[in-house]
Amino acid sequence: MSLEIIGISVLWLFLFGYVIIGSIDYGAGFFNAYSLLTGKQHIVSKIIQRYLSPVWEVTNVFFVFFFVGMVGFFPETAFYFGTILLIPGSIALILLAIRGSYYAFEAYGTKGHRGYAFMYGASGILIPASLSIVLTIATGGFVTIQNGEPTLDYLSLFLSPLTWAIVILSIIAVLYISAVFLTWYSHKTGDEGATALMRKYSLIWAVPLIIAASGIIIELQHHNEVHFNQLMGLWWLFAVSFLMWIGTVYFIWKKRKYGVALSLLIGQFAFAFFGYGISHYPYLLYPHLTIFDGFTNEAMAIALIVAFILGMLLLIPSLYLLLRLFLFDGQYIKGKRE
Amino acid sequence: MLFDDPVFMSRMLTLLTLSFHIFYATIGVGLPLMIMIFQWVGIRKNDPHYLLMARRWARGFVVTVAVGVVTGTAIGLQLSLLWPSFMELAGHIIALPLFMEVFAFFFEAIFLGIYLYTWDRFDNPKKHLLLLIPVAIGGAMSAYFITVVNSFMNSPGGFELVNGELVNVNPIAAMFTVSMPTKVAHVLATGYMTVAFVLAAIAAFRLLQGANKNYHKKSLNLLMKIGFIFAIASAIIGDFSGKYLAEYQPEKLAAAEWHFETSDNAPLVLWGVLDENNEPRYAIEIPLALSILAHGSPSAEVIGLEEFPEEHQPPLVIHYFFDTMVTIGMFMLGLSFIYWIAQWRGWSFVQQRWYRWLIVLGGPLSFLAIQAGWWLAEVGRQPWILRGIMTIDEAATTSDHVGIMFILFTLLYLILGIGTVVVLRKMFKNNPPEIESNEMSGSDSK
Ligand code: HDD
Ligand code: HEM
Ligand code: HEM
Repeated sequence: MSLEIIGISVLWLFLFGYVIIGSIDYGAGFFNAYSLLTGKQHIVSKIIQRYLSPVWEVTNVFFVFFFVGMVGFFPETAFYFGTILLIPGSIALILLAIRGSYYAFEAYGTKGHRGYAFMYGASGILIPASLSIVLTIATGGFVTIQNGEPTLDYLSLFLSPLTWAIVILSIIAVLYISAVFLTWYSHKTGDEGATALMRKYSLIWAVPLIIAASGIIIELQHHNEVHFNQLMGLWWLFAVSFLMWIGTVYFIWKKRKYGVALSLLIGQFAFAFFGYGISHYPYLLYPHLTIFDGFTNEAMAIALIVAFILGMLLLIPSLYLLLRLFLFDGQYIKGKRE
Repeated sequence: MLFDDPVFMSRMLTLLTLSFHIFYATIGVGLPLMIMIFQWVGIRKNDPHYLLMARRWARGFVVTVAVGVVTGTAIGLQLSLLWPSFMELAGHIIALPLFMEVFAFFFEAIFLGIYLYTWDRFDNPKKHLLLLIPVAIGGAMSAYFITVVNSFMNSPGGFELVNGELVNVNPIAAMFTVSMPTKVAHVLATGYMTVAFVLAAIAAFRLLQGANKNYHKKSLNLLMKIGFIFAIASAIIGDFSGKYLAEYQPEKLAAAEWHFETSDNAPLVLWGVLDENNEPRYAIEIPLALSILAHGSPSAEVIGLEEFPEEHQPPLVIHYFFDTMVTIGMFMLGLSFIYWIAQWRGWSFVQQRWYRWLIVLGGPLSFLAIQAGWWLAEVGRQPWILRGIMTIDEAATTSDHVGIMFILFTLLYLILGIGTVVVLRKMFKNNPPEIESNEMSGSDSK
């Protein structure tokens, strides 16, 4: 395997990690705000404090890892994406900042402002939306090179159905992933009320998810035929993904084996996410930038990969410890420990 | 208009974000060490006061870490958004420490999460203390790696430039540039010093308000000692930084000292203003001191600003940044030294209100010194972003909307800054140590 492919695979894997654990986080914020409106707040917010507060920084590092690694392995992305993403990137940053500080201001401090909880909930929807725009831009068609500088055509980006299809999918995916995870988690904590509520949300969002995903494939056909054809060539990955989706819905429906349902959900997204990623090959920004012409020099690539392996050797045991203490500690998740 | 100039506004936005982040980052570097020292002393002396202090600071730390993380994420992404050409070039050479920094964050975040939520989970309190070691190391490593990047910008190395092409890139050599040792050491020492003095300022302030004498006095006494040690270290390493500048970035030193003509036996000019002929007036002149700072010998020759073409001269305002930093450094050194001696000899004037007020003032002043130091280092690098290789004009984004983003981020930092203060105040006001220590001794004496 070439260094380029190792690099992009590692980054894509981390982005996938961020999509999953970020979605849990974002969706939970939304459900929290929604339940404030409907008066069921006590059910969700306890879970959010027990599970999300200790790990949110870890979630954030996944994101930082992705963009720092991207500039490390593919320095030219800094030039292309950095120049065009000033506005969407800054907006996403501001929303992320509001969100991150919420945990500190609201959960650790004393009882805070309702408005902040709503901003926190809304940011859970807006962040995935603004970040997913990067995927749309990367598919090509919105960036032209003028006087050697990449420029983004905001109007056609805004008017493109593809943009909206991806935005909608990202929002629904967040809500669905989060609901399934929280179903499993609240079941583990023994909170039947929360389990029932979250199970309902999972089922509500399951069908729209598949419709939105199909919508993207249809839109892509009109938008970028090369990409579309490559995607179709990988149809079997998406078929596996679809079967896993059926599995998740089945178990949730039957109120059985929530753990298996969650694993199938992660599998479903893994297949779809990697299918999409592979079909993008070799472009980082269609048609201007490929992973080959944007790649760093060999010495740096090897140094980064070595650093990555050493870093992982350090992190995996620590991460295991964190999960054992919080996610899998029966006493802790049932709220019997502080 | 300046507001529409992407280069100028990118500078302003970078200035804003970094100056805001550095408050929280400094706390992130220094506070884990202080908590560690206090918890350790508490366990050793079996004194619940120290343990309580450690525990209360740790709770406040959560808030500052959160804001540190979000502002750090902002600056991390802004580097690519505002300086795309620089990151494209630098990514080839200096991406390694930036990448490793993420692992340091990861490491710190994981153990901090565990530490905070496990105060009462271990039967042996020493085990809980052990969890702080990775947090403190993670914080120091974050500072280390980012300062490595900054050193590279001041003294690029680890590659060769042949006809505009980067060749023979050596990522390890790029991390060990000539400015790295002094820079990293100075940043760490001043971080520890600042946090010690800030906590001392809080203790002194509570004493002035008449709060629990014993508790805050213990804290003040120990903190002034820790602060003194790191203040000495800061001054010594600062002196080395000056020697580094004289050797490798003489234009920065010359601008900071208003040293226009190359000469030997050079005096150190502090404060003052420049008249029409660029002559310093109303300044304090310390004879021979600049030669000593630059080369360690009173007769040494120091290069003047005249030897550099006009367009490569840094702005002269960095003179004031340097003076602010050094004046505060000397003031804090004196203040903590006198406090120490007084404690030893039993002089009582350091217990008086006016002295306590000076200590209170020391907290914000130390932070100001950190800011001034960074302004000196970064503005003094002008017009370069990568000294000798790339200027800021070449590096900045060409997008026209930086001005609006500047306004948005100003609002964001206002919210975050006010939020931090409000939450920390609420947290500690509603729950003073007197009450908490009663609760604690109640449950501790099983
Ligand atoms: C509490 C903060 C503080 C204090 C008391 C001092 N410094 Fe400092 N100084 C810093 C905080 C700082 C800093 C924020 O950490 C800087 C900015 C960049 C860096 O490497 O460290 C810095 C930079 C810096 C530089 C520029 C290095 C460069 O650009 O490469 C010099 C020459 C000095 N310092 C010298 C001193 C001297 C002679 C001091 C005598 C007491 C001193 N500093 C006290
Ligand atoms: C990855 C490392 C860094 C990069 C890429 C970077 C980049 C920049 C750039 C491009 C500017 C604006 C150009 C200029 O004015 O010189 C700047 C200014 C500044 N930086 Fe750095 N910097 C780095 C590290 C740091 C660190 C660690 C600090 C400390 C907190 C810092 C503090 C500042 C300050 C205060 C300014 C404002 C100076 C001005 O506006 O001229 N920088 N930095
Ligand atoms: C260009 C300059 C800088 C960049 C790009 C940067 C980047 C970041 C990022 C991305 C984070 C959040 C990490 C997370 O998600 O957990 C962060 C946090 C942090 N940064 Fe910075 N940083 C800069 C300057 C500095 C400086 C000068 C220091 C110390 C002297 C520092 C020390 C820290 C620490 C200790 C944290 C952990 C959070 C905390 O404990 O408050 N950073 N930084």
